[in-house]
Amino acid sequence: MSSAVISTSAALSRPFLFDDEPEVGSFSTDSRKPAESVIAQVRHSKIKNQHSTIPLVTPASQLAARPTPEMASSGIPELDALTGGLPRGCVTEICGPASSGRTTVLLAALAAATRRGEYCAVIDASDSLDPQSVADAGVDLDRLLWVRCGDEAPKKSQVKRNDQSGCPMSRAPSAREVGKPSQKLFDFNRKSEKETISRQSEHRLEQVLRATDLLLESGGFGLIILDLGDVPPQAARRIPLTTWFRFRRAIEHKPTLLLAIEQRPIAGSCSSLLLQLGVLSTSRENLAHGPEGLSSAHVQLLTGLEINVELIRSRLDRKPSTSVMFETKTAWTG
Amino acid sequence: MPFACIYVSNFSIAAALRAEPELQARPVAIFEGKPPLEKVIAVDENAKRLGISPGITKAQAELCSELALRPRSALHESSAHSALLDCAQSFSPVVEDSACDTVLLNLAGMESLLGSVPKISRAIADRAVALGLIANIATASNPDTALLAARGMSVAPASSRLSRGQLAPAPDNEEKHPVTVIPAGKEAEELAPLPITVLFHNRLDGDEKKSADSLLETLDRWGIRNLRALAALPQIALTERLGQDGLHLQQLARGAVSRALVPVEAPLMFEEAIELEHPIVLLEPLAFLMNRLLEQLCARLGSRALATQELRLTLGLSNLTGVEDEFENLGLPSENDGNMWGQPPSAVRRSEAPRHSRQSTQFTRKLSLPLPMLDVKVFLKLLQLDLNAHPPGAPIMKIHLAAEPARPRSTQGGLFLPPAPEPEKLELTLARIAGIVGEQKVGAVELLDTHHPEGFRMRRFVAEVARKIPQKKTHDAVEAQSAVTALRRLRPPARVNVTLENGQPVRLVCPKKKEIQGEVLWKAGPWRFSGDWWEREAWSRDEWDLALRNGEEISFYRLVHDLLGGGWFVEGTYD
Repeated sequence: MSSAVISTSAALSRPFLFDDEPEVGSFSTDSRKPAESVIAQVRHSKIKNQHSTIPLVTPASQLAARPTPEMASSGIPELDALTGGLPRGCVTEICGPASSGRTTVLLAALAAATRRGEYCAVIDASDSLDPQSVADAGVDLDRLLWVRCGDEAPKKSQVKRNDQSGCPMSRAPSAREVGKPSQKLFDFNRKSEKETISRQSEHRLEQVLRATDLLLESGGFGLIILDLGDVPPQAARRIPLTTWFRFRRAIEHKPTLLLAIEQRPIAGSCSSLLLQLGVLSTSRENLAHGPEGLSSAHVQLLTGLEINVELIRSRLDRKPSTSVMFETKTAWTG
Repeated sequence: MPFACIYVSNFSIAAALRAEPELQARPVAIFEGKPPLEKVIAVDENAKRLGISPGITKAQAELCSELALRPRSALHESSAHSALLDCAQSFSPVVEDSACDTVLLNLAGMESLLGSVPKISRAIADRAVALGLIANIATASNPDTALLAARGMSVAPASSRLSRGQLAPAPDNEEKHPVTVIPAGKEAEELAPLPITVLFHNRLDGDEKKSADSLLETLDRWGIRNLRALAALPQIALTERLGQDGLHLQQLARGAVSRALVPVEAPLMFEEAIELEHPIVLLEPLAFLMNRLLEQLCARLGSRALATQELRLTLGLSNLTGVEDEFENLGLPSENDGNMWGQPPSAVRRSEAPRHSRQSTQFTRKLSLPLPMLDVKVFLKLLQLDLNAHPPGAPIMKIHLAAEPARPRSTQGGLFLPPAPEPEKLELTLARIAGIVGEQKVGAVELLDTHHPEGFRMRRFVAEVARKIPQKKTHDAVEAQSAVTALRRLRPPARVNVTLENGQPVRLVCPKKKEIQGEVLWKAGPWRFSGDWWEREAWSRDEWDLALRNGEEISFYRLVHDLLGGGWFVEGTYD
């Protein structure tokens, strides 16, 4: 399977700065000295440095402490208790499979940010945000910018296929449309369909990265969310690490909070906080808080989920706390 | 009561130079008439030195290769006149539109606001330069004296001009836009050296022109060459020979005519246009011209302390078929790859009056802004992005830009308010993102009053700094409300094959998404919804909430049975 690297024009034109890397030019580079003496000096400094006798290389204990970032509430008290909140000016990753509560955390963070009067942006890679859920979560819709990535201008054939395949809200397919050979063609060209899906995901990721670059450059947003929750991990890993470094640099020392929702961690060391979500219960009765002992579907009700949050990595000075659990409620339970 | 006069000499040339500032270094002549009888009607100083004078034919003028010959443009002159009125009305509410090149304004009461009269005069001159016009400014105690002084400055030689009047101390730009301040009581003395022709400066038509010519001829025969001589004539004898007209002229020459201004209420129309000799095909030269028009528009809006919330760009397109053949011969591409030669214009409407016997069309774009703005760079970039997304589809012969004036927004940010995106930056960002993902795919969400599952629409995202922050509820109540189980939608919904048992789903298989398949662990439903039965697109469906085991993971889905279409779909994931 051929792999592709997704990059933007901005990625190529900007210089990259890695604040974690040691400074290369800290040695004496006097051009008048012969090269041998410089090499000898370097060797000497290395040897001495093992015993920390000379101040040529600053010991880590004497490095200036990086200021602790301001923390913002995630909107879920249990999560705040675990992490101390979400760090501003940093990248936060929230990972988990489907139904693990990622979107719930996303909406809770959005609601908390809009309650603080901040403007927020969601860059939705798979156009999966449900506006009704957003409103139910208490998000101020006027303060939310929604960028729906996907096919820019669906062609007529695609629209027709969508109507056939899909939307239950559309009219019922007529007898003519049912008899069309589009389904056969679909099965016959399954390989090309895979390639098309792969190309679409690349196209969407490119849209996501470019839109994120523009929004970070624009500034003024309190919370920017990259929703890559439905992007396959194989595709999401094609985002180069330099892009994440760029994002981190763009929001550094700013009050913006960058939150990435994904299935598996992809930002590497660029993320300051990494949370793994999952459904806590696996037994049938505990899946939902329905009345026990009643098996008929019409007397069951999905009232909420129990979400387990595990703190995988945090760069902040917090006591390690492994995991925490919180419950969600569906909108119709009140 | 001081009055000021703003006079633009050689108005046709000034209008042309305002439209094309790069012509200032070249000799310029303006011609008018029907071909082949076009005649030069106005020339600038550089052209005069080359021997070009008004009245010669266009063919004669074309012999001078250095000369820039331009047709007289009513559009340019109209824009320049509007700019002149804007300049005057930015200083005084009482403005008289005396002629296309002359504006009078009442400065009574302005001294306390804007400073002394010489200072105001220099400010007027500077404002006129900012609007692209070099104007003569004169102030006097009555409007006619100010008018004669302003007009006389361009007629009188420089030496006489320097010797008379109280020239404002502005040595750097004095020659470019001279300013004259005539103190009260010294009108006759200051007007005396002006030539007699300044009294007949207005281009009159018909009988008035004949009578003016005869008067001028009579005075010339009497040896009256300047206003001093006219003012010295005996009043009764002059009246006996020339009547009331002669007496009025003498009063003007003495600076003794006092009258009230006829104020004009100029409509707030901000339009600029440019006509091109050769069609524009590429976006870059178009942006260059639009930038010039936008600068003029913004300068005019700024002089009136206004901003704009709507820009209308109208492009006059040349004949499609003829130019297409021309470009095919040139070997230029016909696709939209960098030039504006894209798809046939959708918003093109055919013009009523064809220009130069060509079949011209118009292409209109409207740029609506969420907030009043006044930034040339932002406007230009937004127009460029808009034209990139909607190419006009044909070469451009005329550019017309109009701005709808609006009160500038008041940006009073609070010290303790959270930061908000800058409106100008945000608008540019949104336009760029719209170019990436599509116009309807970026914005804020607005829920519709319906039970339709996709009952929302996208609208423009506006970030206002002064927007009221919603009332805070108690902390616990708010946090409890936030943890709402969210639905993550699949757009479009995924069709699934469902195995039913007693009318209830027990197994799902989705051909497109392999992760959506397996035994149903738990289910709730059906919940029946329907709506829009009175419309053509009625909908009716049963919803199920169910849990599926996919390997070791359990996922919750919303399953929908379309009762009208008969299909089963997974609409989304509870996440």
